[in-house]
Amino acid sequence: MSSYLELTARQRIPAIFDAGSFEEFLPPSERVASPHLAQLDAPVSFDDGVVVGRGLMDGKVVFGAAQEGGFMGGAVGEVHGAKLVGMLRRAIDERAHAVLLLLESGGVRLHEANAGLIAVSEVMRAMLDVRAAGIPVVAVVGGSNGCFGGMGISARCANVVIMSEEGRLAMSGPEVIETANGVEEFDSRDRALVWRTTGGKHRYLLGDCQMLVADDTAAFRAAALEAIAGVENARLTLAGLLAEQAMLARRLSDTQGLVEPMDVWHQLGIADPASVPMLEADAFLQLAAPYRAGEQR
Amino acid sequence: METLHYRFEQGTRPLAGMPQLVGVVGSGNLEVLIEAAPLQGACEIEVRTAAVGFGATWQAVMADFHARWRLADARISINDMGATPAVVSLRLDQAVESLTGGAP
Repeated sequence: MSSYLELTARQRIPAIFDAGSFEEFLPPSERVASPHLAQLDAPVSFDDGVVVGRGLMDGKVVFGAAQEGGFMGGAVGEVHGAKLVGMLRRAIDERAHAVLLLLESGGVRLHEANAGLIAVSEVMRAMLDVRAAGIPVVAVVGGSNGCFGGMGISARCANVVIMSEEGRLAMSGPEVIETANGVEEFDSRDRALVWRTTGGKHRYLLGDCQMLVADDTAAFRAAALEAIAGVENARLTLAGLLAEQAMLARRLSDTQGLVEPMDVWHQLGIADPASVPMLEADAFLQLAAPYRAGEQR
Repeated sequence: METLHYRFEQGTRPLAGMPQLVGVVGSGNLEVLIEAAPLQGACEIEVRTAAVGFGATWQAVMADFHARWRLADARISINDMGATPAVVSLRLDQAVESLTGGAP
């Protein structure tokens, strides 16, 4: 086992793509850094916190990106977002086999205000354009900073989301909720609660992520290949959207009034929800198979 | 932010290969970009650091680095977020090794 969580964005690329195949667009030597951070007299990064480019996955051309959670929490500024959008558009132009996004981000980089917000909306639009061109988009969430805010929404614009238990996916992050609504609403220092509400297992049970793997680079790579191969139609379809809407409505009515994730899991049919956080990935997948909210029941 | 420049003449070890980036601009960490560049045998280092007022410490760490490697025609660019001297030295060595694959 080799941890995915512990790697930097630059280390993840060769661990997930075919060795030596990745060609980076706008590499750090081009020095395309954030003009906003420089104006604020804040540290910049030569790649603005994201690696974008084109590589191979089992010999097929897959475009991809990896966000660096260590630089400003992976937050999306104007340059960072533009690099993602440029890569996504080029994937359409060059008829990529698929797009693989290794996401780790707190969302919009607040220093860049509207430029960051617009950048994230452009990322979402570009992801949907890629899908409209019939190219599968797969998102991987397994970094220690999780995937929140605008990038949390972006992740759900993908055909498939792959997570580890340690990965986290949500809209507002724990500290944001606590700041806005008080510690009675959400205690961001309660790590078990944070993972119960945003972690990979909860997301898998609720149907927000489609694949759950152990925190292992080989497992993530295998899942990414399986996900890409498994997408029959990458496009948004009316039937698909209606099915998703029905799933969300059913999920909402099934869990009405429940605030504790373990109560939600019990409601889904899991007899001993307290055991869920302790299970290894494989044992969890066996337990969860019949009960996922996202599956037909 | 503070920007510091260093130039060491008459290096003996030229660089070859693609530019490499190591490290991350996070708290107590830094990124080091290392590239081959025609500098008449010199090694130039530019440091942009969030910790203002540590020029003497940087000078000492960079002089030690040059004594270890004696790079020629090399450009090193650093974005720093308050890394300690030990971390800076390790990252610099990691950057050179990513290009040369060798020990000093």
